[in-house]
Amino acid sequence: MTPLLEDDINLIEDPDLVARSLDERIETAFKAICFLALLLPLMLLAVLFGDVMLDAIPRLSLDFIRNFPSRLPIRAGILPALVGSAWLMVLTAAIAIPLGVGAALYLEEYARPGTLTSIIEINIGNLAGVPSIIYGLLGLELFVRVMQMGRSLLAGAATLALLVLPVVIMSSREALRTVPNPLREAAWGLGADRWQTLRRVILPMSVPGILTGIILSLARAIGETAPLIALGAITYIDYLPDSVRSKFTALPIQIFNWVSRPDPEFHLNAAAGIVVLLALMLSMNGIAIWLRIRLQKRANW
Amino acid sequence: MERSQFETSLSVPQAPSERAAHVILFICGFVSVLTTIGIVLILAWESFQFFQVVPLRDFLFDTQWTPLFSEKHFGIAALLSGTLLTTVIAILVALPLGLSAAVFLSEFAHEKVRRVLKPALEVLAGIPTVVYGYFALTFVTPILQKIVPNLSGFNALSPGIVMGVMIVPIIASLSEDAIYSVPRSIREGGWALGSARLATIIRVVIPSAYSGIAASVILGFSRAIGETMIVTIAAGLQPRLTFDPRVPIETMTAYIVQVSMGDTPSGTLEYKTIFAVGMALFLLTLVLNLISFALRRRVMKGSG
Repeated sequence: MTPLLEDDINLIEDPDLVARSLDERIETAFKAICFLALLLPLMLLAVLFGDVMLDAIPRLSLDFIRNFPSRLPIRAGILPALVGSAWLMVLTAAIAIPLGVGAALYLEEYARPGTLTSIIEINIGNLAGVPSIIYGLLGLELFVRVMQMGRSLLAGAATLALLVLPVVIMSSREALRTVPNPLREAAWGLGADRWQTLRRVILPMSVPGILTGIILSLARAIGETAPLIALGAITYIDYLPDSVRSKFTALPIQIFNWVSRPDPEFHLNAAAGIVVLLALMLSMNGIAIWLRIRLQKRANW
Repeated sequence: MERSQFETSLSVPQAPSERAAHVILFICGFVSVLTTIGIVLILAWESFQFFQVVPLRDFLFDTQWTPLFSEKHFGIAALLSGTLLTTVIAILVALPLGLSAAVFLSEFAHEKVRRVLKPALEVLAGIPTVVYGYFALTFVTPILQKIVPNLSGFNALSPGIVMGVMIVPIIASLSEDAIYSVPRSIREGGWALGSARLATIIRVVIPSAYSGIAASVILGFSRAIGETMIVTIAAGLQPRLTFDPRVPIETMTAYIVQVSMGDTPSGTLEYKTIFAVGMALFLLTLVLNLISFALRRRVMKGSG
C-alpha cells in the first residue's frame, strides 16, 4: 500500500502533471466561454421574440388584421399591408421562379465551361452581396421611371424578384446537382436529348429541392423593407390593391411606419405587425423544412 | 470509347425544341448579368449628373451633408463617418462572438449539438431588419441609457450592437469553414510538439485559418455597411461628422431611405444625391466583397 501512495504523491507533485491539469482547467474555461459566445446571440434572439410578443399582446386581435391603418393606434390595422404583401409574394414568385430556375438549368445542364459562363457565375456571386437598398434604386429608375410602371405592385415585385434571383439560382443549382449523373446518362442512352432529359428526369427529381430554396428566398423577400421604400411604396393606403398596377403598401413598410412615429402607442402596433410578419416567415420556413425532410426520405430510395 | 460515342451523338442535328430550350435558358442566365449592368449604368448616369453640379472636391472634403436644407453642403464624410461608426461597433460585437462560436462548433461541439446550434444561429441572419430596428429602438436603447451616461434616444451604439448580433452567423459560418479546413496534420504537429489542445487552437489552428477568418470579417463589414433599416430606425437621421457613439448620426443607407420617404421628384438635385450616395455605397461594398471572395478562394485552394 505505502509505496503506491508514495507514487501517487510523487505524481501529484510532478510539475509537468500539475501544469497539465491547469491547462485542462483553462481549456474547460475556454470551452465554456466559446459556448457562452454561441449562446449569447441565441438568448438575445429569445429576448427579442419575448419582448415583441409582450408588446404585441394588447393589439393582437382579429380587428388588427381586418382594419385599415388609422390615426388612432387602437383602431389601426394591417389589412392593406397584408394584402399588399400577399400580392407581392405571388408576383415575385411568378417572376423569380422561371428566371431563377431557368438560369440554374442553363448553368448546370447546358453551359460549357468558358469565359461567358464564368462571367455569369462570378456575377451571380457578386449580386448576392449587393446591398438591398441598391436594388431599390435600380427598381426606382428602371421599373418606376424608364419602364413607366409607376410605384406599383408590379415594380415592387420586379425589384424583389431581381433581389432574390441570386439565391434562387444558387439553391436551384444545388438541387439539380443532387440528381445522380447515371440517371442523365441513362436518359441520353435511351436517345433522349438534353431538353427531354431535363423535363422528364432531372426536373421531376429535383423539384422538392428547388421548391425549398424558392420558399426560403420568398420568406426573405417578405421581410425586405429598404428596397420597397427606395422604390417609393407608400406607407398610408386606405384601399386594397386590385391590380398589378395598383399602388401598394406591405407589412414591413407598415411596421416601419409605426416604429418611426414618436407616439409609443404606435410601437405596440408595430410589435403586433412584427408578430404577424414573423409568423408568416416562420410558417414559410416550416413548409420548406417539411419539404426538405420529404426530399431526404425520397433520396434514400 | 464511351466518350467518343457521346461526342458524336452531340453532333447529330438538334431538335428545334432543344435549340429553343438552350436559347431561352441562356437568356434566363444572362438576366443576372443585365441586372449588374443596369445597376452600374443607372448609378453612373445619375451620379455623373450629380457631379456636373456638385464638384467632386466638395463631395469628398466638405464636412457637412445638408442637401435637404436651404444652405446645401454635400460632404459625404458626414454620412461615411456614421456608416463606419455603426459598422465598427457591429464588428466589435460580432467578431469575438462569431469567432468563439466558430471555434466551439468546429473544435468542441458534438455532431448532434452542432446540427442543432448551427441552424439556430442562422435564424439570426434571417430575421427581417425592420424587426431588429424595432428591437434596437424600443428595447436595447432604453437599457443602454441606464448604463451609458448621456446616451441620446437615437445613437450609433444601439443599432451598431444589434447589427453586430445580426452578422454573428455570417462570421461564425465562414470562420467555421476556415477552421474546419485546417488540415489535421497541422493540429497533430502542434500536439506532437507537446502543445495542449487549447494552445494548439490559439497558436496553430486560428493562425492557419487566418485568411478565412479575415474573409468572414470583411464580408461582415460589407453587410453592416449595406444594412439599412436598423440604422434608419434607431440611429437618428442626423448626418454628423463624429465618432461619438452616443449622439444621433446618419448612415449612407439611411439617407437614401430618408429621401425616398419624401416624394422627391425625379430630376432634382435631391433625387440625384441618393444615386451618388448609392454609387459610393455600391463601390465600397463591391471592393469589400471582392477582397473577401479572393481570400475565401485562397482558403479553398489551400485545403484542396
